[in-house]
Amino acid sequence: MSNYSSTEEKLSRDEMAQRVAADIPAGAFVNLGIGQPTNVSNFLTGEQGVTLHTENGMLGMGPVATGEDVDEDLINAGKIPVTELPGASFFHHADSFAMMRGGHLDVCVLGAFQVSGAGDLANWHTGAEGAIPAVGGAMDLAIGAKQTWVMMSLFTKTGESKLVEALSYPVTGLGCVSRIYTEVAIFELLDSKVFVRSSHGLSFEELQAKVPVELIKA
Amino acid sequence: MAPRIATSAADAVAEIKDGSTVLIGGFGNAGQPMELIDALMECGANELTVVNNNAGQADAGLALLIKERRVKKIICSFPRQSDSWHFDEAYRAGEIELELVPQGNLAERIRAAGAGIGGFFTPTGYGTLLAEGKETRVIDGKGYVLETPINADFALIKALKADTLGNLVYRKTARNFGPIMATAAKQAIVQVDEVVQAGGLDPENVITPGIYVDTVVALGGTK
Repeated sequence: MSNYSSTEEKLSRDEMAQRVAADIPAGAFVNLGIGQPTNVSNFLTGEQGVTLHTENGMLGMGPVATGEDVDEDLINAGKIPVTELPGASFFHHADSFAMMRGGHLDVCVLGAFQVSGAGDLANWHTGAEGAIPAVGGAMDLAIGAKQTWVMMSLFTKTGESKLVEALSYPVTGLGCVSRIYTEVAIFELLDSKVFVRSSHGLSFEELQAKVPVELIKA
Repeated sequence: MAPRIATSAADAVAEIKDGSTVLIGGFGNAGQPMELIDALMECGANELTVVNNNAGQADAGLALLIKERRVKKIICSFPRQSDSWHFDEAYRAGEIELELVPQGNLAERIRAAGAGIGGFFTPTGYGTLLAEGKETRVIDGKGYVLETPINADFALIKALKADTLGNLVYRKTARNFGPIMATAAKQAIVQVDEVVQAGGLDPENVITPGIYVDTVVALGGTK
């Protein structure tokens, strides 16, 4: 039985975030990367009981702090002031990355420059000449969680697919991505096969024509 | 031995000499020991190797040490930021050496140093540019990279409170690298808001036991 579905319209950024949020299992421990993934927190419901991790040393992170709640000692990985929820905990950096690397987080959601059909991720460095490299926690996040999901636009500004056969950008982590959310399709990656769970604003055939890896209807 | 209680930030860092390796705590501004870094600037030590998550922000603290070319090498995970202009300039001019380390490996290398571990195999970075030239091993079908400890001469750390025996408590996400850096340096120098008498901290709440702490300076709090 096919699980594939489609919609006429592309997904907006909020709709992408909404879909990611809806797919996060109840009670999960989750790390949301900087950029688009941060928006996912706006669509998590209280009933889901999801606990957010920030790699600078906190579980139970609450929404962005405003006004009197701003505290320079309470920030997220993007160095933005945040709040703490009841039941929050603080820990040092080695513990924070140990809980990530040790597979204790259920889901990590990241942005990407490219993902390969085998789930290889590039999101830390363009490799451009003169670019100053900075990696932060990208490599740890990519391979640490039980599941790594990517949110990205499927195409570059010049229309090339960011879902590729083999990465042309420097690797962040090998074989680590299991799901990709884009504005035109949601992909599931399993054993180097790429399944399309849904397409948006493009038919399956139109999508296949634009993506250089073999697609399978989920 | 109980730590030395320094009279000022300048007094606290007075033993830092040219060529020292210095761990500096903080993630962004949270937990950054700004007064100790300023004192390090004043004390004139040169040719430093600095270990920090970043490479300085804007025109303060570590950024100024880099601006004045007092740092010959930086070991960090995330040097490039919107306001890292002093590092960017030094790096582009070839006047600072950069060792880029994934953040979790950076933390674990510091932890390993403090825990007497000679190296460890980590999956982070396997198959990437940052593992080039490093020993790798496949264990149970998964690839790992050998990483080595980062030992240091000094650590500069910010905590909330110390007692007279050097036990430390931190505040919120300002804890970050502090506890592991305290363990990895020959001398851990800590700035706190307040030093209380031994017995003034609940032992259940102590995060860094005083055995790791060599120098404490109370600078008063903003909170």
